[in-house]
Amino acid sequence: MTVTSVPSTGAAKGARPAARRAGRRQGWWLPYALLAPAVLLELVIHVLPMLTGIWMSFLRLTKFFIKNWAAAPSAGLRNYRLALDFNAAVGHALLQSFLITCAYAVIVVGVSWVFGMAAAVVLQRSFRGRPWFRTLFLVPYALPVYAGVITWNFMLQRDTGVINHLLADNLGLLSDRPFWLIGSNAFVSLLVVAIWRMWPFAFLMLMAGLQSVPQDVYEASAVDGAHAFRQWRSITLPMLRPVNVVLVLVMFLWVFNDFNTPYVLFGTSQPPAGDLVSFHIYNASFLTWNFGLGSAMSVLLLLFLLLVTGIYLVVVNRRSRRA
Amino acid sequence: MHDSTVFKVFRVVVVTVLSAFTILPIYVMITSAMKPLEDVRGAFSWWPSRITFAPFVDMWTTIPLARYFVNSTIVATSATLASVVIAIFASYAVSRYRFRGRTTFTTTVLSTQMFPGVLFLLPLFIIFVNLDQTLGVQLVGTRIGLIITYLTFALPFSIWMLAGYFDGIPRELDEAARVDGCSPIGALLRVVLPAARPGVIAVAIFGFMTAWGEVLFASVMTTDASRTLSIGLRQYSTQTNVYWNQVMAASLIVSVPVVIGFLLLQRYFVAGLTSGSIK
Amino acid sequence: MKTRTLTAAVAVTALLLGATAALACGSSSSKGKSSGSVTLTYWASNQGTSLDNDKQVLTPVLDAFTKETGVAVKMEVIGWSDLQTRIQTAVTSGQGPDVVNIGNTWAVSLQATDAFLPFGDAEMKAIGGADKFVKPALETGGKKGSPPTSVPLYGLAYGLYYNKAMFKAAGLKPPTTWEEMVVAAKALTDPAKKKYGFALAAGSYTENCHFAFINAAQNGADVFDAKGNPTFTQDGVVDGIVRYLDLMQTDKVVNPADAQYDNGALAVTDFANGKVAMILNQNNADATIVANGMSKDAYGVVAYPAPKNAKTDVASHVAGINLSIFANTKHKDEALQFVEYMTSPAVQEQLGKPFASLPVLNDAKAMFTDNPQEAATFINIYNTRAKPLPLVPAEDQFETTVGQAMNAMFAKIATGGTVTRNDVKAAMQTAQDQVTASTG
Repeated sequence: MTVTSVPSTGAAKGARPAARRAGRRQGWWLPYALLAPAVLLELVIHVLPMLTGIWMSFLRLTKFFIKNWAAAPSAGLRNYRLALDFNAAVGHALLQSFLITCAYAVIVVGVSWVFGMAAAVVLQRSFRGRPWFRTLFLVPYALPVYAGVITWNFMLQRDTGVINHLLADNLGLLSDRPFWLIGSNAFVSLLVVAIWRMWPFAFLMLMAGLQSVPQDVYEASAVDGAHAFRQWRSITLPMLRPVNVVLVLVMFLWVFNDFNTPYVLFGTSQPPAGDLVSFHIYNASFLTWNFGLGSAMSVLLLLFLLLVTGIYLVVVNRRSRRA
Repeated sequence: MHDSTVFKVFRVVVVTVLSAFTILPIYVMITSAMKPLEDVRGAFSWWPSRITFAPFVDMWTTIPLARYFVNSTIVATSATLASVVIAIFASYAVSRYRFRGRTTFTTTVLSTQMFPGVLFLLPLFIIFVNLDQTLGVQLVGTRIGLIITYLTFALPFSIWMLAGYFDGIPRELDEAARVDGCSPIGALLRVVLPAARPGVIAVAIFGFMTAWGEVLFASVMTTDASRTLSIGLRQYSTQTNVYWNQVMAASLIVSVPVVIGFLLLQRYFVAGLTSGSIK
Repeated sequence: MKTRTLTAAVAVTALLLGATAALACGSSSSKGKSSGSVTLTYWASNQGTSLDNDKQVLTPVLDAFTKETGVAVKMEVIGWSDLQTRIQTAVTSGQGPDVVNIGNTWAVSLQATDAFLPFGDAEMKAIGGADKFVKPALETGGKKGSPPTSVPLYGLAYGLYYNKAMFKAAGLKPPTTWEEMVVAAKALTDPAKKKYGFALAAGSYTENCHFAFINAAQNGADVFDAKGNPTFTQDGVVDGIVRYLDLMQTDKVVNPADAQYDNGALAVTDFANGKVAMILNQNNADATIVANGMSKDAYGVVAYPAPKNAKTDVASHVAGINLSIFANTKHKDEALQFVEYMTSPAVQEQLGKPFASLPVLNDAKAMFTDNPQEAATFINIYNTRAKPLPLVPAEDQFETTVGQAMNAMFAKIATGGTVTRNDVKAAMQTAQDQVTASTG
């Protein structure tokens, strides 16, 4: 074992002195030391602002009070009541938006996962041109959000876009040129764009996950006469379970909270069919200076996601215990 | 290794469909970048009416693209390196040690994924301002503020993924290294990390992409000097014109290094554990 | 040993962060580094063809100011997509520029935050007196009865642009009433040839709400009452919106594809390319028209007409850009000097052409066009037939709720649905409820 002598700076983690003859008891602080930077950052960037945001939801934080926001008058539960009153304008709109987002998240995560899994499985074994396809498939994820999504906006224009040109002029599938960015088709457009951007991520994670599945297991089963689909179901899927559990949950959470895609795709003319809840809340807070109401809506969203995650983890754990 | 015909057919279908789906917008981007402005305003044509590289020239002056590019690169690279390092240490702790507060940590880290960005956008801004006022460290409108924010965004997922990968690497490797006289950190660096390389690469890519493409926080936390590409590209839509062709040209230029980087990283997705790691 | 590698890794990260911090500190701009002399920070909005263009236009103007007064100005040009958020964060954090451009329709909302310097008697005197400004323009600066927190900088007004050749060929005269306008539009609409009478930015919530307001004003109705409560469901307002929607729905003089136009420039482009005979746009359309190859003599401008039996002949809202000073500025006198400079006749003349704006000063020369007829028309509209949007803090809510409702209604029409008067009234009720609820 060679020693690379590197001049140490004062930025040492403190792991040096005691770790020489690392007895278990002596290194008790090691895990905490390793965690420290992550914990500190999380507290400052995630936890503290989140708590502040929750506090803001109980304030009447509108443009009249934003200058001295800490002294804004208390609104009690008013913001929450407003957001949850489904018979009134504000609550009703929020509920609509929420339901649309649920459908959106389920479809996008489902389809992206299928695409990602298919591509990961197919690209697992070497064939000619594999590196190129790997890179190609990651490109939508690599493009800056604005670039990728604005291209879709450009493509979905009714009269000047390639989609209608392809469908109506080249392939003759449609006689009438439909709108894709307004009206009810807007939801479909949103799905397509989101899947286009999301599936490479599933592909990336599943591909990395598949790398740790040893090939000899496949070979052994092939000898036993298992064909490809059987192998996928009995070997690949179970071995990928740890990755999948995390992947699906995380994808759902991100897609549900997705702000960039509708924001760039629709700009300021958000169609009701594509009204995702994250943009809806942004609209209700930043565009109208009503940060109290926006925070309340965000907290409700957060509670919902907590609930979903909780249920998901319980179901997943029960399954693994049975297995 | 023979692949069955079914598999081969399946592969062709999957690759064709997904490639077409992926490529169509890219093709539109490339051809539009070479079209004169009238082309991108009129009816769509598969090929430019005349090929011009003017957009590639004009795009640098319509917005300060070079500066945004540099900012994005610095911010994304720094955030990635920092988050990967911090995530590696944290994941090692989570994976290899059973310490008090472990479950709290993992649960809290998971729960941060649920936070809607809008909720803590303004509070985070306020916290940065307060840090500026108390510590004199300017975070708003600087690259360092963005770096710290983005690296924290990438942390939870990175820690989770890496902890999972580390879990899949047998403890015997660690023990073997420790028997040889390594410290726990040494075992991490010399044995566990190389075996978890695909995971580390994936997590690095994820961290980079998170920083590269983030829009909401960048729109609030940056000034002209520190602005990144993700929101800088929006400026091609101005008061009087929407310069589609320049947007496409800029997107292309901006994607090329990232794509090349991916190509180079291909070979690090090596299958399985390196042999000979267990002596 | 291994720990050295660990330390190395940590050291590298620390160095990297430190280096970036140094770079960041170097690039991040802080106020007034110049020795002793004052530097103002100024946030300009995008008025020209690009942010770079704005910078090029304004830099010599600012340099001249520095030469004259010794006060340096650090300018940042901010695109419209970011300007409102930047102002919000500046208000929230107390860290912002000294002087900022604002859309004049934001003036009263921003006034309500208390973050901006009111122009009382002393301040007005310092910038040259309130009388130098065109009255309707000055009125947009703040709510009635209190000192304004912004002063007009660039003026804009809507006009009806028409294609001279098309009108001549069809033997039409430029319309003076709404009905004449619709007749002319119908005569010039031929969907088979893909020619329409009108192009509208039917997907732009800002454009839509402006016309909701103007049409309501023509019908003698207001969108807010004297107490500041929304009155969107009044007949005058609803009828005004129906009239506007009908251009696409019943009169069919607007291409349904316009429901996708979320930006006025898109409609102007159609006009410049000869696809439509008329557009409704603010006077800075000239830049886009000419840039698209239409000659300056090919189009004419008249005021946006009102119906024959209209209650008023309001032809535009008072559009434009105002200038505000942040209340917590450390350089109040220098900021006032700067405002005086920017609203002085010389500078106004200099900026009028590149920013295609109407003069906000009385008796000033219109520089935005060489065409004297066009200039006279717009000045007349701006000075005598323009009404400020409601000067209430909830005005921005009106814009988003009513504007977006109209977007949805245009979309419904474009995708084959029908929007009845009752639909419009119901939508206005929802919009009104949203405004009442969120402001309490």
